[in-house]
Order: sequence, then C-alpha cells, then structure tokens
Amino acid sequence: MSIIFLILPVTLLLSAGAVAAFAWATRSGQFDDLETPGIRLLHDESSGKERATERESDRKAD
Amino acid sequence: MSAAVQIGTPAPVRVCPPPEPNCAHCGLPVPAARIEPKSEAQFCCDGCESVFAILRGAGLTEYYAQRDPSDARSATPQRSKRKFEELDEPAFRQSHCQPQVGGALRCEFFVEGVHCSACVWLLERLPRVTPAVFEARYDLTRSVLQIVWDPSLAPLSEVARALDSLGYTPHPTYSTTLAAEQRKGDRALLLRLGIAGAAAGNVMLMALALYSGEYAGMAAEYATFFRWGSLAIATPAVFWGGNLFFRGGFASLRTRTPHMDLPVSLGLLAGYLGSAVNTLRGQGEVYFDSLCTLIFLLLVGRYLQRTHQRRSAKASELLNALAPTTARLIEGEALREVPASALKVGDVVEVREGERVTVDGVICEGSSALDTSLLTGESFPEEVSVGDRVHAGTSNLSAPFRVRVESVGSDTRLGRLMHSVETTQRERAPIVRFADRVAGYFVQVIVALAAFTLLVWSRLDASHAIDHTVALLVVTCPCALGMATPLAVSAALRAAARCGVLFKGGEFIEELARPGIIVFDKTGTLTEGRLALVSWSGDEALKPLVRAAEAASGHPIARAFQRSISGNALRCEAREEYPGGVRARIAEPGEDARDVLVGSISFVRATLGSLPIWALNLAQAHAAAGRTPVLIAIDGEVSAIAAFADTIRADAATSLKRLAELGFQFEVLSGDDQRVVDAVVAELGVPLLNATGGASPEAKLATISALRAEGQRVFMVGDGVNDAAAMAAANVGVAVHGGAEACLSAADVFTTRPGLETVALAAEGSKRTMRVIRIGIALSLAYNALGVALAVTGRLDPLWAAVLMPLSSISVVTAALRARTFTQGSTP
Repeated sequence: MSIIFLILPVTLLLSAGAVAAFAWATRSGQFDDLETPGIRLLHDESSGKERATERESDRKAD
Repeated sequence: MSAAVQIGTPAPVRVCPPPEPNCAHCGLPVPAARIEPKSEAQFCCDGCESVFAILRGAGLTEYYAQRDPSDARSATPQRSKRKFEELDEPAFRQSHCQPQVGGALRCEFFVEGVHCSACVWLLERLPRVTPAVFEARYDLTRSVLQIVWDPSLAPLSEVARALDSLGYTPHPTYSTTLAAEQRKGDRALLLRLGIAGAAAGNVMLMALALYSGEYAGMAAEYATFFRWGSLAIATPAVFWGGNLFFRGGFASLRTRTPHMDLPVSLGLLAGYLGSAVNTLRGQGEVYFDSLCTLIFLLLVGRYLQRTHQRRSAKASELLNALAPTTARLIEGEALREVPASALKVGDVVEVREGERVTVDGVICEGSSALDTSLLTGESFPEEVSVGDRVHAGTSNLSAPFRVRVESVGSDTRLGRLMHSVETTQRERAPIVRFADRVAGYFVQVIVALAAFTLLVWSRLDASHAIDHTVALLVVTCPCALGMATPLAVSAALRAAARCGVLFKGGEFIEELARPGIIVFDKTGTLTEGRLALVSWSGDEALKPLVRAAEAASGHPIARAFQRSISGNALRCEAREEYPGGVRARIAEPGEDARDVLVGSISFVRATLGSLPIWALNLAQAHAAAGRTPVLIAIDGEVSAIAAFADTIRADAATSLKRLAELGFQFEVLSGDDQRVVDAVVAELGVPLLNATGGASPEAKLATISALRAEGQRVFMVGDGVNDAAAMAAANVGVAVHGGAEACLSAADVFTTRPGLETVALAAEGSKRTMRVIRIGIALSLAYNALGVALAVTGRLDPLWAAVLMPLSSISVVTAALRARTFTQGSTP
C-alpha cells in the first residue's frame, strides 16, 4: 500500500501537466473561436494534384 | 436556351410565365431584360456578374461547388462601392493595425454578408484575389476577418475594395485594445474554469478514498496523506479559481449592496480555513471536495452567462460598426473620403443618395428628399434644397447634394442627443437582481444560524462547536442558489436570440417580467416606417404607366410606387424629374407614347393650369386624414389619385393585445404630427393611456422621467435616435428591428426581426424565465434548509455535504435547462 505515497504525487504531477497544457492552449487562443474551424474542415480542398499546380502557379506569381 | 426564344415572341405574359434562368452567381431568377442569349452564364445584376468575373479570374470557381444550393437566396452580393480611402490614413494604421514580422501588418474587419461556409471559404482565399494579402482568417463567432498584408505592395484601401467587390463589405472594428481586453477576460475565466475543474476531479478521487476508508477502515497515515494531498490541490482552486467570488463579496460588503458573491465567499472561506486547520491538527472533518465542486459549478454558470451575453453584445457592436463614419470631402475639384471626425467647420462634403448625412450643415448645392424619421419621428420625407439645414443621422433618399459643414461630432444635434443618452444611462440606478436580493437576506440568516450553532454547541460540546459551525457554513454555501439565475438566464438568452430577441444583459429579463407602462414610438415602431400605397382611385390599367414613370427615381414616393405596383416595366421614352413630381412619356407595346404626369397637388396644378373639383376634394380629404395624396394625369387630364401612408405593422394590434393580457398598459409618444398619430391610434383599436404627437426627443425623455418619478415601471419601445434618450431613462429600452445605430446603443433589448411580435415574445418569455428562476431558488433553499437542520443538530458529515450539494445543483440545473421560456408562441 505504501506505493500510494509514490503514486499520488505522480498523479498530481500528471494533472499539473494537463492543467499547464490547458493554460497554454487557452492563452494561445485555441478556444477563442470554436465555430469557424469546424466549417473550415468541411472545405473540400481540391485534390492533391490540383493543389500542386496551384502551388506551382503561386510560386510563379511570386 | 429556351429563354432566348421566348424573349423574342411577344406572347401574352400572364398566360404562361417563361421558365426563367437562374443567376450563375446567386441563383436568383434572372429578370427578362437582363437575359443575354449568347452568353452561357446569366446574371441577375451587375454585382453578381462582376463577382463571377473576379472569381473566375482568380481561379476560385470552386466557390460554387462549396455553396449550399438551397441557400442561394441570401447570396446576392451587396456592394458599397466605396473607396475606403480613410483606411490609408496614418491615424487608422496607428490605432487598428499591428506590425508583423517582415514589414507586414495585421488588421481586423467586421465583415458583412457572410452567410455560409462557402463565404468563409471564399474570404479565406482573399490572397488569391489580392496578392498583397498573405493570410486571411475568418472568425465566425465574432464576424471578424483578420488579414495580414504587405503595405508596400498595396494600400489597405485596395484590400478593402477587393473585399467589397466580392460582396463582403468590410468595416473597421472598434479599437483593438477593447477587443483584446475582452478576449483576455474570456481566457482568464476559461482558465479559472479549467483549474477548478481539474482540482474538483482530483480532490473527488481522494475524497472517495477517504470516505470509503472511513467505513472500511484506513490506516491513519494514509488518511493524513490524502488530506494533505487534498489541501494541496484545493488551495489553487480556492484562491485562483475562486478569487472572483472573494472580490465580488468584498465589493458587495464595501458598497453595501446585496450580492450572491457574499454568501459564496463566506462559505468558501469558512470551509477552506476550517478544513485547513483540521488538516494541520490531524483531526476533524475536511470539505475540500465540496468546495472544489462548488467553485467549478459556479464558474460554469458564470462562463455560460458570459458567453451568451457576449453574443448579444456582439450583435449590437456589429450593427454599430455598419454605420458610416466617413464623409466625402470636396477639395477644389477633387473628392476625398475622410473619416467624419477629421472634418472641420466650413468644409464642403458631398452626400450621395442612399447615404447617411454625417454632419450638421447647410446645403450649398443640389436638392433632394431627406428621411428624417430616425431623428425626428416624422413619417413623411422632407424636401430640401439649397439653403436648407440638414442634420447628422438623416439619410438622403433621392439625389446627391453638397453640404457646408456647420458642426461635427459631438456638436451636432445627434451628438448632443447621444450625450444626453450617456448622462441618462449613467444616472440610472443599477438593477438589483432577484437572486442578489435573496442572497442579501440569505447571508443574514446564515450568519445568525452560524452564531446560534456556535453558541449552543459551545455549551453542549465545546470541542465540536467550531466543526459544526463550519459544516453549517459549507452546506449552506449557496451553490444551487448561485447557479439558478445564471443558468436560467443563459438558457433564456439563447432561446430568446433564436426568437429574434437580444437582451444586452440578464437583468433586463427580470425587469421585463413584471408589467408596467409600455411607451411606443409611432414611426417605424407601430408603423412600418415607410410609405405604402393605401388608396388608388382610377383605372387599374394606368398603374403600369405610373410605375414606368417612377421606375428610375429614388424618391420615396417613387419607391413606394415600385413596391406597391408589380409587373413588367414599360418602355420610358423621355423622363424629367421636378421638385414635387415627374413627367414622362411612356409607351405600351404597340401603342403611341403617352404623356404621364405624377406629382403633388401643387405640382400637377401648376403644370396643367387647373384641377377638376373632384380631384381636388379627394386629394384634400386624403391630406386631412394624414395621408399623402399623389395626382396622376395622363395626356393632360387628371385620371387617377393615389394616397400614401405609413401603414400600421400587421402584427401590431395582436402583439399589443398579448401584452395587455400580461397586464401591460400602453402609451404612444411620437415626433410626428398629432393628426397622423390620431389616425394611427384609431386604426390600431387598442385602449391607450395617452397618445401624444409632436414630441421632441427632450419631451420624450421628460415624459419617461415623469412617469418614473410617479413610481411607474416604464418601458420604451422605439427605433429612432429621438427615442434613444427616453430609452436610456426607462426601466428597459427596447429597440425594434431596423432602428438607428444610436438607438441600438441606448437600448437594453433589441429585436432582430421586423414587427412587434418579438416585443410580445420578449415580455412573455421574460415572465416564464422569472418563474424558472424562482423555482430554482426555491429548490436550492429547500436543500439548504435540510442541510441546516442536519448541521445544527450536529449530524452533518462531509459525505452528506458532498451528496447534498450536487443533488441540489442537478435539480436546479435540470429545472433551468428544461424550461421552455422564449418560444415562438402561436406562430409555428
């Protein structure tokens, strides 16, 4: 049972890590807009081949 | 392709309507006159055609695949065709743009006209339309487009014009600092919520071990260890997550106003200190699990309320941003767009038709009709010409004119009105919410009970006196009480928004729940706020002629003709517009052109020389009844008389009856002529306390203040700037759909759908919401009474507290979320 003395602090450290990750996500604005990314996901980008030509033309434009 | 064939045949139109092709851009039917047989894509208007060309040029025709075809109706592009030169001013760049790495700048715009995911798709591909833009990100929650662009490649005005040419008019956001501050607040609250949640979850695990240990037996060293662990986790939750409540509680003590935060702070502090001391001593009870859950649940309530309140705030902010803040300054021969704030007295500005006047001044060139209804409540447009005074806040209806500036900004009549709105708003006593009033008594009762428990138990069993008192304070900590209002309110705000009612704060729901006197504005509130054809005496067959004569005009009467008379436009051979009327030659197919004269009594009389007596009598009868007569003469002979009036909204009478059922009484207070007010009131047929016409904004404010001084509960419903001060003075100001921006900023509640039904919905929903709040508070007080009984008798242990609290919260949450508050009512 005395393993609990080790496990508990480890658990706490893990949760502290999770909280820190959450704090980072919040501060960097991950939760600012919860609507648009969902819609952005639905945008069927053109197929890989077309995208390559797009990139090509972008490069030419530069 | 069949359309092309049918265009050429002069077949009778009514018999078989030709299958109209749909616009290649927006999907609306293409009017016959615009069909181009040769081209493969047809467009309903120039706007659609040019957007289509831009998209094709940039290789973005994918947009049409992204779009939901059923959503076509709303996609017609609305272009402002402005030059956006004010965006290039250094002052704008200073206040609205942030420098990025590599010399690029970042700027945010409110963007109008985004309806669907295809719009988002298109907006984010702005870099392909304008190469100067590196990145465009749209935020649906805030309706804000964020762009990063290289100012050395193109000025910001060019980027704005590109957006405008796609049909999405950009508007500068309010100062970026304000938005940043709000975002900071949002993030801080979310972070608190996360910490409190994590702490609550972890403490609960340890509490479970402790509770089961208590029943099954647990070695003392483990129990101590778990207690210390709980203390370690609970400390940040209480002091980081919960300091919101401590601050609120302290402020409530200092200002001596009751607030829910006070009993919450009391319970939290007592519970934490008591448990911490017991942990140090190694004996007695600890309540860390209850405390953390409490903080977490309360923060959830706060967060929900803030999110929903933010939505209404965003909507009003967005509408505010749509107001033009620029003017066209004339410098010698050139025209330049400048921010309205940069104008000086003596400058000359041009105001085009359809635009809002942004200054007070005198017309020095041109003549037009002005819509002053938002400023004065006048329902009929005012004819203005050189030498006439115009005011900021009116809009130009028919033709461009130039104005010599006499006052700008806060010196204009509009500015002074807005100033009085601000003063009135500041002076208005804050609303003490029902739950806070309850909390005021609650905290007194709790303190008395705690003192009683301490006293009694120190006589009976001094060693447990403090423990029992702490237990009492923890179990009475008003979790459910504190959640009942935020949850009921945020659920109600959401439901209300779906019904087209936006509350700027939950407290206005509580205010609107109790009946009082509703004061209505007339023009634009009880009535449609625009002229409609109400009477036509003469041959129906003449209507298409009149419509054709008026088709090209922006005059309000002409627009009313266009709205009221449908049908194909006939060919107009010649057309001259005069002050007071129009003369045109109109040809029906296969017939000779006829001379059509449409105008006021004096114009037609002056042109024809005299009027037949029947026409004069009828026209004067219309005028006496508050309507505007228009005479129509064909080939030099008066053949028809039309009358226009601002008609009452279709749902006005039924909505007022619904409000009357709730116990409200009504008054009408209008800036319009008393005769017109009387006519409207008579037609409305609802008993009123009072109906006053000719009221200036100051008189409206005075009336509302006098009613309040009598101790009445007063609600002001209006749409104009002239109502704004009165709204700010009323218990609740309601702005109806289509109102002036100034009026929106003064209003506490505004509707996003035309008509008055929404006002009735708002009152009914508020009443139901208030009932839900009361039920929630009653439920939580019942649980508290049970907790008190257990604590005073010394039977309460932490497990009981841990079970009672979530139980009470769950029942309150269920009651709040399952309640039907704002519903469409009779209309499905």
